[in-house]
Amino acid sequence: MIRLEKRPQPSRAWSMATPLVAVLATMLFGGLLFAALGKPPVEAIRTIFWEPLFGEFAFYYRPQLLVKGAPLVLIAIGLSLGFRAGIWNIGAEGQYIMGAICGAGAGLAFYPAVSFLIFPLMVVAGALGGWAWAMIPAVLKTRFGTNEILVSLMLVYVAEQFLASVSLGLLKNPEGFGFPGSRNLQSWDSAHNAELIAGSGMHWGVVAALIAVIFAYVLLNRHMTGYHIRLTGEAPRAAKFAGVNPTRLVLFCLGTSGALAGLAGLFEVSGPSGQITIDFNVGYGFTAIIVAFLGRLHPVGILLAGGLMALTYIGGDIAQSNLQLPAAAIQVFQGMLLFFLLAFDLLTNFRIAIGKPEVA
Amino acid sequence: MTVPLLSLQGLTKAYPGVVANDTVSFDIGEGEVHALLGENGAGKSTLVKMIYGLVKPDSGQMLLRGQPFAPAEPRQARADGIAMVFQHFSLFDALNVAENIALGMENPPEMRDLAARIREVSETYGLPLDPFRTVGDLSAGERQRVEIIRCLLQDPKLLIMDEPTSVLTPQEVDILFETLQKLRSEGTSILYISHKLEEIRTLCDHATILRLGKNVGECTPSETSARDMAEMMVGSTLQTPQRASREFGDVAMDISGLSVPAPSAFGTALKNVHLTVRKGEILGIGGVAGNGQDELLGVLSGETLTEADAVKLHGQPIGKLGPTARRHLGVLAAPEERLGHAAAPDMSLTENAMLTGSVREGLEKNGFLDWGKTKEFAERIIKAFDVRTPGPGNAARSLSGGNLQKFVIGREVLQDPDVLVVNQPTWGVDAAAAASIRQSLLDLAAKGAAVICISQDLDELMEISDSFAALNEGRLSAPREAMGLTVDEIGLMMGGAHGMEVAHV
Repeated sequence: MIRLEKRPQPSRAWSMATPLVAVLATMLFGGLLFAALGKPPVEAIRTIFWEPLFGEFAFYYRPQLLVKGAPLVLIAIGLSLGFRAGIWNIGAEGQYIMGAICGAGAGLAFYPAVSFLIFPLMVVAGALGGWAWAMIPAVLKTRFGTNEILVSLMLVYVAEQFLASVSLGLLKNPEGFGFPGSRNLQSWDSAHNAELIAGSGMHWGVVAALIAVIFAYVLLNRHMTGYHIRLTGEAPRAAKFAGVNPTRLVLFCLGTSGALAGLAGLFEVSGPSGQITIDFNVGYGFTAIIVAFLGRLHPVGILLAGGLMALTYIGGDIAQSNLQLPAAAIQVFQGMLLFFLLAFDLLTNFRIAIGKPEVA
Repeated sequence: MTVPLLSLQGLTKAYPGVVANDTVSFDIGEGEVHALLGENGAGKSTLVKMIYGLVKPDSGQMLLRGQPFAPAEPRQARADGIAMVFQHFSLFDALNVAENIALGMENPPEMRDLAARIREVSETYGLPLDPFRTVGDLSAGERQRVEIIRCLLQDPKLLIMDEPTSVLTPQEVDILFETLQKLRSEGTSILYISHKLEEIRTLCDHATILRLGKNVGECTPSETSARDMAEMMVGSTLQTPQRASREFGDVAMDISGLSVPAPSAFGTALKNVHLTVRKGEILGIGGVAGNGQDELLGVLSGETLTEADAVKLHGQPIGKLGPTARRHLGVLAAPEERLGHAAAPDMSLTENAMLTGSVREGLEKNGFLDWGKTKEFAERIIKAFDVRTPGPGNAARSLSGGNLQKFVIGREVLQDPDVLVVNQPTWGVDAAAAASIRQSLLDLAAKGAAVICISQDLDELMEISDSFAALNEGRLSAPREAMGLTVDEIGLMMGGAHGMEVAHV
């Protein structure tokens, strides 16, 4: 008989090894899936994992990795703080949109002025926009005990409506020939989140994401607030006994995740995307939830998970166009990755024992 | 020689890393009350689980009236006439007595017939109980009656009782003993598990003593002194804590007219609680579990905030201060529930040392944590309180209950508190460690700290406290000097028989 036995201590070795094992298992079973679809399995796997990094057109794909990965990491880092403490912000997508609108709006108010102060001002406004949007579920939760999962999620749809409204009204480009959407910030140097090194994909959002990773790492490992976050997640009663103020913690976690999501939105709108449009958001806020868990809510893990996620997106796109793999197969493949990661994660806390139970 | 009812022969059961029972053999005669004595972790529970069919022995055999007996599951054991009353009740609060009993039966009869049977059995054995009362409204003693009657309805040959008196007041214990004696006189054998020696001396005919999974001796309790039995249990001479006579200082902590509503549906409201404790004094607070112990600790530690004036430290109101502010002032606490309340199970001991130590040990500077210093603090606790663990990096849940308890108490004691509040400080701790924990509380008081010790172990309270009060349904009795209190008086302070009818056997 095979059964699972709880380990007295979480295993460090397995905690390191699971991501690797999960990727290998995904390659194996993904390959089987592609073979069953009549596609060359090795070629498909190679296309997804190798092509974007070292393939013939890697010079184009590598910057794309940073562009796609940075917002995911930035948002996921914020979310992970709350998730660690059992505070579930599901509405990062909405905070991302509001950050973009507030940041772009603050900049466009000065159009066409030329000043090096405009971009920093937009950054602050973007962060504040996301923060304010996250404060709605935070205050409702601490004041009236509402469920932050529902409120933050519902506010995503409110934010989407608001986005449509400003694209057609307040922020609409007066010189846009009636098309919906704001002026393109890429063509206004004072507001443009340009690449720091041309052709590298490295824009301010990437820098912010790296700073966020370091910030979160220090916070969780070296600071009282981070300790309280972890304590609240692991043992809420012990946290209360230690003197954690739950209200302050909710405000901090939701506020931080909102501000980081807002920043991600601002960097996107002023950089890769360039303008506020009706369909400006592409789901980074939701995908970041997966990235946060894929990285086991650990800052470094999230950095790697964000990269891996971006890789499978870009690699998946290439496989679709080069090998005519159906989009659904790529999605299954990405699903497998998450599935195997969570499944193998079990081995961190449990070990497989063979034989009859309770025998020495 | 007559054939014993149950004969255990060389029972052995090993778990990974520990041998719970090592070739244990003894006999239980017909109509005998047989005590199974031993410290926590001596293997008593494993042994009775084997008899009750919950655990299979690795080797050895059992004979029931001379026939081989190897129950594969409790149902089979019950069919063979073995019944067991567990230490922790498995009753549904929202159902009534008869419904609870019906749930445990294979083929429950009509509710009306069952109620009549329950009445009949309960009258016969002097355990009055109304089958239609909701279990949630019953006292601990009455709940135990439900469990006992559930067993008696099967007409058992052997009744196993696991620490039955731990939840009872002394008066309720007397009632229980009358019932057990009546059962014995009818020929039912009882296997009685306990570590309370005086009880065993009054009740039991024969005792088997387990230590570290081995049968280390047998005795006739009525002819053996409690001290001798204790030393057989521990395997060494017992150190009784030394108390020096002390002078009490000014009032350190003072609670007056405190009422707090129940935190949850099955919690207890505190009603008009008055309490004072002086410097150098140990105030013992007794009472059966669930009478407001947790709630009182919450009020003292600062987890539950109250009117500012309701709780005073050195005359200053602190009712509105949270745990961190109180630690600054020197008020420390150690809650009863180790895993999840006093300590975070998955965090290391170092991280758990941070949990309450950050303020007084200076482990934090401007919000940044000094893990090096915290590790030293954890190591100091481990050393001073003899916590058995490979090191401070191990997770709290990897420690045995007793070792974690030593860590939790040590963490507070070493922070040099002005007022220390502990709840069940030696619960689940072996006798030697319990003695050292009690000694540390006495030493702390001797240095001038005020100690409030909430406990359900009356012997412990009598051993260390200077004054004694009891919690009963959220009310605290007026404190009395502990010296010279009789068991009867303590029982009455704890609420007597909790309104339970006295048995008429």
